[in-house]
Amino acid sequence: MEGYLAIEDGTILRGETFGARGKSFGELIFNTSMTGYQEILYDPSYKGQIVVMTYPLIGNYGVNEEDVESGKIHLEGFVIRERSRIYSNWRATKPLDLLLYEHGIIGIDGIDTRRITLMLREKGALRGAIFTEKKSRPQMMKELEKAPGIVGVDLVKEVSAKKTFTWSGQGKYKVVVLDCGVKFNTLRLLASRNFRVTVMPPDVPWQEIVKESPDGILVSNGPGDPSAVPYIVGTISNVIERYPVFGICFGIQLIAQVFGGKTYKLKFGHHGANHPVMDLAAGKVLITVQNHGFCVDIGTLEKNDIETTHINLNDNTLEGLAHRKLPVFAVQFHPEHAPGPTDSVYLFDKFSRMVEKHGKEN
Amino acid sequence: MGKRTDIKKIMLLGSGPIVIGQACEFDYSGSQACKALREEGYHIVLVNSNPATIMTDPEMADRTYLEPLLPEIVSRIIEREKPDALLPTLGGQTALNLAISLKDMGILDRFGVEILGAAYDVIRKSEDRNLFKKAMERIGLKVPRSGIACNLETASEIAMEIGFPVIIRPGFTLGGTGGSVAYNIEEFQDLADSGLKLSPIGEILVEQSVIGWKEFELEVMRDRKDNVVVICSIENLDPMGVHTGDSITVAPIQTLSDREYQSMRDAAVSIIREIGVETGGSNIQFAVNPENGDMTVIEMNPRVSRSSALASKATGFPIAKIAAKLAVGYTLDEIPNDITRKTPASFEPAIDYCVIKIPKFNFEKFPLASPILTTSMKSVGEVMSIGRTFKEALNKALRSMEEKFQGFEDFPVEMETSLGISQPNQHRLFYIKKGFREGLSIDDIHQISRIDRWFLYNLKELADFEEEFKKYRNRKIPYRAMKKAKEYGFSDRQISRLANMKDDKAVRKLRVSMGIEARYNLVDTCAGEFEAYTPYYYSTYERSEEVKK
Repeated sequence: MEGYLAIEDGTILRGETFGARGKSFGELIFNTSMTGYQEILYDPSYKGQIVVMTYPLIGNYGVNEEDVESGKIHLEGFVIRERSRIYSNWRATKPLDLLLYEHGIIGIDGIDTRRITLMLREKGALRGAIFTEKKSRPQMMKELEKAPGIVGVDLVKEVSAKKTFTWSGQGKYKVVVLDCGVKFNTLRLLASRNFRVTVMPPDVPWQEIVKESPDGILVSNGPGDPSAVPYIVGTISNVIERYPVFGICFGIQLIAQVFGGKTYKLKFGHHGANHPVMDLAAGKVLITVQNHGFCVDIGTLEKNDIETTHINLNDNTLEGLAHRKLPVFAVQFHPEHAPGPTDSVYLFDKFSRMVEKHGKEN
Repeated sequence: MGKRTDIKKIMLLGSGPIVIGQACEFDYSGSQACKALREEGYHIVLVNSNPATIMTDPEMADRTYLEPLLPEIVSRIIEREKPDALLPTLGGQTALNLAISLKDMGILDRFGVEILGAAYDVIRKSEDRNLFKKAMERIGLKVPRSGIACNLETASEIAMEIGFPVIIRPGFTLGGTGGSVAYNIEEFQDLADSGLKLSPIGEILVEQSVIGWKEFELEVMRDRKDNVVVICSIENLDPMGVHTGDSITVAPIQTLSDREYQSMRDAAVSIIREIGVETGGSNIQFAVNPENGDMTVIEMNPRVSRSSALASKATGFPIAKIAAKLAVGYTLDEIPNDITRKTPASFEPAIDYCVIKIPKFNFEKFPLASPILTTSMKSVGEVMSIGRTFKEALNKALRSMEEKFQGFEDFPVEMETSLGISQPNQHRLFYIKKGFREGLSIDDIHQISRIDRWFLYNLKELADFEEEFKKYRNRKIPYRAMKKAKEYGFSDRQISRLANMKDDKAVRKLRVSMGIEARYNLVDTCAGEFEAYTPYYYSTYERSEEVKK
């Protein structure tokens, strides 16, 4: 059905909507992954955002019951060039539009996604809206103006666990995952490395974490502005000297704040599966999966305690840090992949060894 | 790490005469390598017997020998030139085989010549079916069940054990020459016999048939610090059973989910490491069972290949040039991406369009050759097109064939429809078109061709649209129909025929008056994420309709 994509700069494009009906608002960002739309849809870090896929042909392999990365789809809208009206894959159980419909998400296709990508590259992230009903141009622009932005907004609470739960009760060591919007693959990878996995809400008092007597803590990925959640930074600072800590994406941004780091918003962020990152210790390049709009300012970190471990080779931004004395490390990219290359999955092994070593020493 | 300073003079091997299975793509890769290495200050000695190549132009190499690519001749050139190193990975199978012979004859050791790119053992491991199979088993990957035979008796025993149909692959031949499929023992004995004769080492591989499985290729690069990147993924429209060189291929892969694609990528990374390609590009082919996703490795070429040329054009990533730089010691992160200038070559291109390659045949000139496509290559060339969608790219590619069709249209074909669909042949797409017209469903066609339903659905969309468009016959074509026709890749001439307009000029005039004009998108390696500087464009008619008031 005919619908509209309205953009903050005044552009309104006509397309064909699918999935849910109504209207939705969010920050427009583009993702350059050529596969993995199902995992992207399920990634809680996209809360507050309308995702534009740069790869034009989406929906080809349908969606399946296995590549599910969270309890529900949190992103605000999905913009593509051409939605396949057929799906073809032995694992597929339903088409893309049905999945979006079931989750109440609006998608739009027939949109010149390259044009939007170039616009976002030039102007930086812009707010956008999708309307499935015809409205006047001024009406659409007016509604768009009133939509909330994401800077300074706490989106974590909307996508994370409401109460503590056990993902996996089997394993030698216990890890507490501080859930800011964790992807299931992070939990799967921990469980497959002999961890008992307990997931706790982001606003859990730090004493509750201690009560769980974990062997290590993982601070997960999550949506929105990392400077808008000082309460999680506070929680982390209370436990960081007690346990080995591993941070992913939003997690690095929170851990960095514990050590004096400041975060800033990137022009249009990193969203894709092909970002080269240098592992400075190994001198090797990892092809990483990235999904972040904010970034840690390297210059603001306490140099005596924190070392840079990974750097993005495209724009030299911070991709990884480690504490010089404590068993604490974090990365800006997604070692849990899903979707994307598995090059950095070894970091889960590193965490596992760190937990083991720490356990023996104490 | 930087470039190596312990080598000064490098011998580069070309691929010799243009033959079926080894055409000008190796002139392209060799020329790129010449330029890239001379730019770095190396002295290049080029050997190629084909004077009608760009690489043998006088200004390309420091020394050029137009001599037969035979071990005896090349040994004498080595004796005279005393190069420090030999780069055989850019001259196709001919150059690789030649490097093997030179090593076996002891020439390379005698003159202290180092093989760059792929070491002797690496070439053996990738070429020798048995070694390859063992290597794949070591890293836990499946290969089709198979056995090696040096005589007809053993070959027949192996075939009986595997069960028909089986594939016969002669060892060490170009473009799969002599490769064939046998459906019963009588056929098998004839085909195996000729296979044994064709192989320079008198050896054939008898292999489980994975005919009808989905076929994929990955173009992978590795540097001496063990950084590995996948440059391009390719899906064959024609399922297994047709040589890749004769298949319609599409980049990137269309019908694998990320999980499946990543397990293929992981496999490719393990393969390039296990086989031990130190630097440069490799092409790795996989077959996937469409019923359950079982993946097997078909083969790997430890060199720049036909597909690398396609992948370079498809992504904007110059594989041959980078392979040459890696061979002399650079690492991927030290080489800039020429297109974006600001980002390094150690990344995986993201593309935001669809690329299609269609092979071109010339059976008129080979009256004795069977026009049925099999596992040995018969095409004499290919066209490549880029569009924002598969449909747009397909019409552009068909039009570029310079044959009597303008795109995916009705085209007179001789065989019975279902035979033309089930037996791979150069006009299979037109039999499919005819099949749609005769009322065959996507499932019917899938059953007899094993072509993935996703491709068939896209073809059906084109056929249906064409049919629907005929209602504008002798009427003014409305804006949306015109826009969609152009977005689907229909040419002005096709549209003029369908709508019975005077000619293509009349169509053009009408659409320009509607504001429907071609736009040129950059092939930028990064899907628009970074600014691009190389003037390499493709045309497309995509344009979103704007709401202005």
